[in-house]
Amino acid sequence: MKVKKTQNDPLLQVENLKKYFPFKRGFWSKQHIKMKAVDNISFVLNQGETFSLVGESGCGKTTTGRCVLRIYKPTSGKIYYNGKEISSCSEKSFKPFRREIQPIFQDPYGSLDPRQSAYSTIKEAVTVDNKRCVSVEIKDKVEELLLLVGLDPRMGDRFPHEMSGGQRQRLGISRALACSPRIIVCDEPVSALDVSIQAQIINLFKELQKKLNLAYLFISHDLAVVRQISNTIGVMYLGKIVEISDKKGLYNNPLHPYTKALLSVVPSTNYYLEKKKKRIILPGEVQSLINIPSGCPFNPRCNNSTEICRTTMPQLIEYENGHKVACHNI
Amino acid sequence: MLDIKKQKTNSTTLLEVRNLKTSFFTPTGEVKAVNDISYYVNKKEIVAIVGESGCGKSVSQMSVLQLIQIPPGKILDGKIYFNGINLLEYKKNSREMRQIRGKDISIIFQEPMTSLNPVFTVGYQISDVIKTHMEVDKKTAWEIGVKSLEKVGIPDASQRMKYYPFQLSGGMCQRVMIAMAIVTRTKLIIADEPTTALDVTTQAQIMELLISLVRELNTSLVIVTHNLGVVTRYADRIYVMYAGKIVESGTTKDLMTKPMHPYTIGLLKSVPKVDQDEYLIPIPGAPPDLVNIPLQCSFLPRCSYNTDVCQQRVFPDLRTVDEKQHRVACHLDLGVQ
Repeated sequence: MKVKKTQNDPLLQVENLKKYFPFKRGFWSKQHIKMKAVDNISFVLNQGETFSLVGESGCGKTTTGRCVLRIYKPTSGKIYYNGKEISSCSEKSFKPFRREIQPIFQDPYGSLDPRQSAYSTIKEAVTVDNKRCVSVEIKDKVEELLLLVGLDPRMGDRFPHEMSGGQRQRLGISRALACSPRIIVCDEPVSALDVSIQAQIINLFKELQKKLNLAYLFISHDLAVVRQISNTIGVMYLGKIVEISDKKGLYNNPLHPYTKALLSVVPSTNYYLEKKKKRIILPGEVQSLINIPSGCPFNPRCNNSTEICRTTMPQLIEYENGHKVACHNI
Repeated sequence: MLDIKKQKTNSTTLLEVRNLKTSFFTPTGEVKAVNDISYYVNKKEIVAIVGESGCGKSVSQMSVLQLIQIPPGKILDGKIYFNGINLLEYKKNSREMRQIRGKDISIIFQEPMTSLNPVFTVGYQISDVIKTHMEVDKKTAWEIGVKSLEKVGIPDASQRMKYYPFQLSGGMCQRVMIAMAIVTRTKLIIADEPTTALDVTTQAQIMELLISLVRELNTSLVIVTHNLGVVTRYADRIYVMYAGKIVESGTTKDLMTKPMHPYTIGLLKSVPKVDQDEYLIPIPGAPPDLVNIPLQCSFLPRCSYNTDVCQQRVFPDLRTVDEKQHRVACHLDLGVQ
């Protein structure tokens, strides 16, 4: 089943996505509370590009990724893949798309089967994609996939516990690529890795994107890593996108006070710059998703919050070409 | 006898570690986690120990407090002078060693949630430390505890004393750990990856708090971390560790602006930077297996220079390269790239 596609359609389009998790306050309680993990966010992801979601833990970035992967069913909102709505369609009609959107997880050890060797892990993904493959073809395909991510094909016999962290993450990437996807949802793929290995994996992501024309939905808390890989970035706070911009606009001219603070606290290794740098230390902690403050969710921590911030939720407004920000005081 | 020993070290030096060797004896062989390292910490100084996971940075600090599990671990050799007294002469569970832990040297661990006891209230745990080291009664200990929580910026401290760790957020738990570390007026705080498990904005809060307290109380601080940015910002001096050895040491300025060891140079090039779009140059390969460390330089398989000299000679000793204690363990003379 092929869906007709016009030239202008983005590969992935998320519109007003909402995901609320209902829960009870106590065992006997009849009152249902909604935890607004993702609250009305929209973004687009184009072929061969990277859209990053940045934010602190609990801001809803992973939930968004999971909605795109159809692990969660959104409360409301639409997700278009290649022009076709995929969040509310039936499981059967989504099936052909499932292999085109693949995940890579944060913990490479936890996301691999400890009883499967590297070879059989990838073989499983290859045969899912193509059931009538001959065994010789499978072997070639697996070896090709291992080479693609920089693993020696002889590593095929190894089990996850025999591999290093970097090698495991490479295996995870290779498994995702086995289904020849067009979008990869990368959920904190490098945060569990050491500095020198992290750089290897970031460069691998870039190479693969160029080679295979992949689109990444990149989820991370690390603004420095995100800068390396993204085209467009959305900064999330308590389930909402507070600022969205291309890379240049966000890093050179951050507008939202939260983005400014985030950028200012990332320590740099440039000695002279770091000693001069002015830092914005935010007071307090991220509020709970159960009682999101009224008005702008960021107002209790914001240095220049005014009366209107406490009462009215700011809308995401375009500031200059494509650079959108949700703040009253811009 | 103690007096003679005291003369050995400089009066400004608080902690001096000499030729420390700590190994773990596993079924696969001897893991040389810390292999002959020497370093010192002056009074009121902030020293950072940087390295990737498995390079022995945490083990080197645990050895100072003799918190290594025996077996499989063992401190094989070396001397650890704290205020002129060799701590390794005390047994692991001796009265003297227990007096030093928490009173003279305190440690802040990486995971605040798991390093606090989940079945006791925060107040119970803090006043436990105070009662052990300060000879006060229960009530005074509780009051001192409340004050120390206020000092680390926990609002509504007297109520929070009655909380269990799970009722507090990660940042709050780390503040409690810091309160426990400073409450006994320690001389040295060891912070083992103090902010790694925390969010970015909380990280900045906790680091600023820790540094301001250290400055205020004239304590020395050892930060063990893999985050080179944190080190650049806060440390006075840095030791870079690789495969159980110190490969480079010097002041923060020297090390960050003129790194000399290929590993340090490589690390700095592979860190993604938030303020510039620089192409990352990763270090190829992975750190060596600590069971079979070759006799040559342990960085050799990953080093881009890899000359004949490196292959023929054994692991290079640290040598001083300039007048300001910049020391590097490399056969080659590498300047700024």
